Amino acid sequence: MNLEYGPEYEDFRTEVIDFCKEYEGISFENTSSKNISRSEWQKILIEKGFIARAIPKEYGGFGGETDIIKSRIIATEFSKAKIPGGMGGQGIDMLVPTLLEWGTKEQKQEYIQPTLHGEMIWCQGYSEPNAGSDLASLQTKGELKDGNWVINGQKIWTSTAQYSQMMFCLVRTEPQAPKHSGISFILIPMDTPGIEIRPLVDMTLNAGFNEVFFTDVTVPEGNIVGKRGDGWSVANSVLGHERGSLADPNATMNRLNTLINMMKEETIDGRRLIDIPSYRDRLMQVQGKVMANQAHSLRLLSSKINPGQNVKLGGMIQKLVGTELRHEMEALAIDVLGEIGTLYEETPRLKENGSFQFHYMYFLGLIIGGGTNQIQKNIISERGLGMPKEPKVQEAS
Amino acid sequence: MYFGLSEEQNQFQDYVKKFLSDNVTVDEIRKIANGDDQKLHEDIKSGLMNLGLSSLLIPENYGGLGGDLLSAVSIAQGLGTGVGPISFAGSYVMAPIALSLGGNDDQKDKYLPKIASNEIKFGVGLSEYVAAREDSGIELNKGKASGKALFVIDGDDADFFILSDKGGTMFIVDKNEKGLEIIQLTTVDKTRLYLELNLKNVKAEVLQETENNPFVIQKVIDAGRIILSADSLGASETMIEKAVSYAKERKQFNRVIGSFQAVKHMCAEMAADLEPCYAMLWQAAHSFDHDPDEARLQACQAKSHIAEVAKMVSKKATEVHGGMGFTDLLGLHYWFKRIGLNRQILGGPELVREEAAELQGFNQ
Repeated sequence: MNLEYGPEYEDFRTEVIDFCKEYEGISFENTSSKNISRSEWQKILIEKGFIARAIPKEYGGFGGETDIIKSRIIATEFSKAKIPGGMGGQGIDMLVPTLLEWGTKEQKQEYIQPTLHGEMIWCQGYSEPNAGSDLASLQTKGELKDGNWVINGQKIWTSTAQYSQMMFCLVRTEPQAPKHSGISFILIPMDTPGIEIRPLVDMTLNAGFNEVFFTDVTVPEGNIVGKRGDGWSVANSVLGHERGSLADPNATMNRLNTLINMMKEETIDGRRLIDIPSYRDRLMQVQGKVMANQAHSLRLLSSKINPGQNVKLGGMIQKLVGTELRHEMEALAIDVLGEIGTLYEETPRLKENGSFQFHYMYFLGLIIGGGTNQIQKNIISERGLGMPKEPKVQEAS
Repeated sequence: MYFGLSEEQNQFQDYVKKFLSDNVTVDEIRKIANGDDQKLHEDIKSGLMNLGLSSLLIPENYGGLGGDLLSAVSIAQGLGTGVGPISFAGSYVMAPIALSLGGNDDQKDKYLPKIASNEIKFGVGLSEYVAAREDSGIELNKGKASGKALFVIDGDDADFFILSDKGGTMFIVDKNEKGLEIIQLTTVDKTRLYLELNLKNVKAEVLQETENNPFVIQKVIDAGRIILSADSLGASETMIEKAVSYAKERKQFNRVIGSFQAVKHMCAEMAADLEPCYAMLWQAAHSFDHDPDEARLQACQAKSHIAEVAKMVSKKATEVHGGMGFTDLLGLHYWFKRIGLNRQILGGPELVREEAAELQGFNQ
């Protein structure tokens, strides 16, 4: 056990801290004296190598080596100094790594740089009304006609569709092939005629998702990533990136601190919530889980920089454990606030902007989304514990 | 940066696991628990002691290996996997730490080398300091101790006991001393022996550095809690392995039951909740060794959280085995009971969580 990162990294930490001091108080708000645009900020961060570190210079990245310790130092110091990080989203977090792995040189040149700079926003077209957990049964159809893909069908749960310039989409192009090998990964400009976007309001009352309908949507043949029928493998390399990012342990720790501070301020009959034994015990239980999770993330980090350290199962549990924990934590905040905890949207006496109710529901959404936690348990038991798959049944009517 | 057990620690743990899986099957555990075969129990004890467990935490200048708590954790995990029917937490972790931190030079000279060479053995009774139940509690008066100590850890074959008064002053009592009555308690887990001690004006040798200084007893309790958690973690690991392998073999409705999602999901839940406990445990041990500011909170939270997860695992793993899980024949209950015992010793989850809250100033 050695928790030191070493002098090279401590020098790097100093560099990051100095950077944070230089940009202290920076804001995207117009009213701020230290106003900066998101895309300007993005470019500064890339230039320093604080984001897009391992993406080659020719595609708009920093052109360095992947270094997850440096990434962690950056995340920690930025969070401490309350300095905004780089942009995220499905383009940067999911499409860019996929194109680096599967894209042609032309595709990389065309898409990666504008995506990194925040000039090209992406949405993900995977789920369909009849293809949720069983994603590979998706039916949106793509036919090759005169050098173009002609696409018909419907996607659902498409976040940011209304702001996106592009969609990366799974389309059934080989209807005769077995279901997993009949899918292709196709890039679709969202201003193509025949695309209709309808907002889908979720239980938090935000229109976080959309339905997207395709009627004879026509895009060039060259918009396919990978070969025809490779789409499932291409998409799975992206899903791997998503699962890791759904429950960030730093964010979980910050949220715990918000909860603790709230329990020190709010009272019942003049008594602090944290001084009520049953509430306090639940808080301590949640804190124990958060501490276990923090330690586990260090172990996973270690396994990435120490070849041979085996944590096979450890990586598979993150989505399941992380999302359930966040949901439980927000539920505790609501319970200790009692009636006050039910306040939502704009109302007198609202605490923390209603964020406890919002996150309580939002994390229920994440328990379901990104591969439901039941699917996660299938993955853990089958790939982690070597248990057999559920036998295939004949089609039930 | 490396977060985990070292190669050496993993190897040491593997030796312990291998010894137990080669020599201590469920049949042997049953014989030992029932007290049917003293010789077998002695052979197993000496086999395990030959791996060097008694010298692990004794400083090198007193003839030991000078190991740290993380090394002891790696051993305790291994012992837990096979419900190792030997003393460890009290005799070979808490006692050496109590003597090293709390003893004066004479006391260290007198006891530490003999623990390392396995000539003498200590039992440790600190339950009264943690939470005095019923009529327990000890008063120290001019070198004489009177009162009762409950749930003395690793008391079997002990030559000496380390006990404490309510203020945290620790002292040594010789088992042959006049006025000492030793009573065996039978817990659900008969693979380890716990004692009640009745003391009437028994000569007590105070550990000098512990007088009016609760720092030492707290360190000793932290270490004990971490080691008991490691034992439960190891036991949980085995219970999951057994449940998974049983589910892959047992057939009902013409299928192995491990192909039913109801069963698979129970196994996944056990694995998902146990996996972060490894890191939590190792971090707590590492903090004990190197980061005293964090150590107590981490020890309390590890004791509580791992106890809760282990309890869940012990229930679900038994359920996966169906009716067989409930039988003595299969012997799964030995792991279940070890987890149930460790949970309560040195503070059950609610008590240690309250301590964790106090450490952070949460209850005023």
